[in-house]
Amino acid sequence: MLLLTHVLDTIRGFAIMNKSAPLKISKGQSLWAITLTRLFKNKLAIVAFSVIILLILMAIFAPVITSFDPNRINLSNKFQKPDDIHRLGTDDFGRDVLTRLIYGTRASLLVGLASTGISVTIGVTLGALSGYYGGWIDNLVMRLVDIFMCFPFFLMAIVLASILGPSIYTVMIVSGILSWPSLARMVRAEVLALKKREFIEAARALGLNVSSIIISHILPNVFSVIIVYATLGIAGGILGEAGLSYLGLGVKQPQPSWGNMLSAAQNMSSLMFYPWLWIPPGIMIFLTTLSINIFGDALRDALDPKQKK
Amino acid sequence: MKSYLIRRLLLMIPVIFGVSVIIFTLISLAPGDPFAQMIEANPSMSRADYENLLNSIGYYDPIPVKYAKWAKQVFSGSLGYSISQKQPIADMIGRRLKNTLLLSIPALVLSTIIAIPLGVLSATKQYSFLDYILTLLALAGISIPAFFLALLLLKYLAFDLKLFPLQGMETIAAGYTGTRWLHDRLHHLALPLSILTTIQVAGRMRYTRSSMLEIINQDYIRTARAKGLGEKSVIYKHALRNALIPVITVLSISLGSLLSGAILTENVFMWPGMGTLVYQAISNRDYPLVMAGTMLLALSMLIANLLADIAYAFADPRIRYD
Repeated sequence: MLLLTHVLDTIRGFAIMNKSAPLKISKGQSLWAITLTRLFKNKLAIVAFSVIILLILMAIFAPVITSFDPNRINLSNKFQKPDDIHRLGTDDFGRDVLTRLIYGTRASLLVGLASTGISVTIGVTLGALSGYYGGWIDNLVMRLVDIFMCFPFFLMAIVLASILGPSIYTVMIVSGILSWPSLARMVRAEVLALKKREFIEAARALGLNVSSIIISHILPNVFSVIIVYATLGIAGGILGEAGLSYLGLGVKQPQPSWGNMLSAAQNMSSLMFYPWLWIPPGIMIFLTTLSINIFGDALRDALDPKQKK
Repeated sequence: MKSYLIRRLLLMIPVIFGVSVIIFTLISLAPGDPFAQMIEANPSMSRADYENLLNSIGYYDPIPVKYAKWAKQVFSGSLGYSISQKQPIADMIGRRLKNTLLLSIPALVLSTIIAIPLGVLSATKQYSFLDYILTLLALAGISIPAFFLALLLLKYLAFDLKLFPLQGMETIAAGYTGTRWLHDRLHHLALPLSILTTIQVAGRMRYTRSSMLEIINQDYIRTARAKGLGEKSVIYKHALRNALIPVITVLSISLGSLLSGAILTENVFMWPGMGTLVYQAISNRDYPLVMAGTMLLALSMLIANLLADIAYAFADPRIRYD
């Protein structure tokens, strides 16, 4: 007990400035309760989490927040500077930039979530099978991982996107398919260590079948690795969307996304003379990925069982 | 070690084969062909001529046949000719490779020189204000899209303040020589280099910090302190040397992205490097050029990974491969 209070007293991470009294944690709390307590001690993580919640609300309630139609074209009103009506000006079709920015949250968050969903599904499945079975399955999966790991991400994404054609689904699939190998490696390593433990031995002795051993006995113990990866992966997906849509291979107009709004900067005159077209989406991408990365980092620290001084 | 190396090199063969098959299949599946733009630019070209051109590059062959032809050519020692540029691919890649390395090697060196001391500082002063600021800056650095940072600097520093040239590697047709030439080159290099350096410092600093923190908490560091060694000697002699082992591994791995790590930044500054070359080749469906380019990038990644494992064994005598 003394040790536990000592460990909790010296939580590292972003609660650096926070030198409040040691946490009192009663006996018998679950990993998640401890993690949550640690997370809420970290002020920066709370700020980051609030930003993420705000963004989600913004995506859901976009039509309530803004009275403009994101796709309403008004060519007599194009390239308007920011003013009282159009807070962030209008774009090359006379559409309200702020409105498109708010609606763009939907595309960016959806891409982040869906691509992470894809890569987590592939990565966990292949990693768990590879670690549990070993042998030729392991060999095959690991070679596949090696192959995917040496693909130059952006060029492969461009090739895939040109096959599938530019769309929001393309971005989700491409980012998802190209980013699972690192997770597969991590899950495999965890499973390799876990499968030699007594409780797995016991599960096997009980005659449980393989899928239930993997799903209900092994994977819950790998969950912290997966959740941290998934959190940081969402940021990766959003950055992927930004890059692909910037090159015109991602989310297709007229649907607004932060990446395709940034692609206005591909045009020299927009880049130089209409900065309100591309700076706001860039800042949104930055703020979103920053919040997610801060939160993911804090989550990793909070889940780390060997908290150090 | 020797047998380990041989095994690793042999394992690279199926991986290289897999990479080439996947890339080849994907690029062949992509709609469009290398002459589509030509026929748009020149509407007088007849349908028959167009078909002849396509037949001449074996466009209608089944994918396995195409792949076999390509592989045969590569094994005979030639990368072939670019369809769109009609130049030997080896020459084109050689030029672009030089341009990319001119940008990425200084970025790697500079960012390492900056990042390691900052990471050590951040770790030794853990929980201090400085550590807090550095950690936040590092997180900002890995969160900002490099090309957005590039666009911002391009607009404000290069266009508005006219401090830097807008794009390219040199003032075209200026005919500078000697120091004027060098100055012009450096002037063009400044913006893209500082962006790549900033982004890389962020990642490497974070890594050094966490590696250093891991070591500082080891028993042998406490022992070193307990036997009365000075703080400097503890940090730089005992801790840093050990903390650098994983950093060396990460550095070796990042050698693999020297060629392909800055595609969007190259794109923003119209830097004539490998990234832009392969990107254009993909849009032109210049199949032989795409294959040669992506294979080279993939190969450099593979070799870097192998190098990382070897460097690891060299830096840490406890590691034995057998």
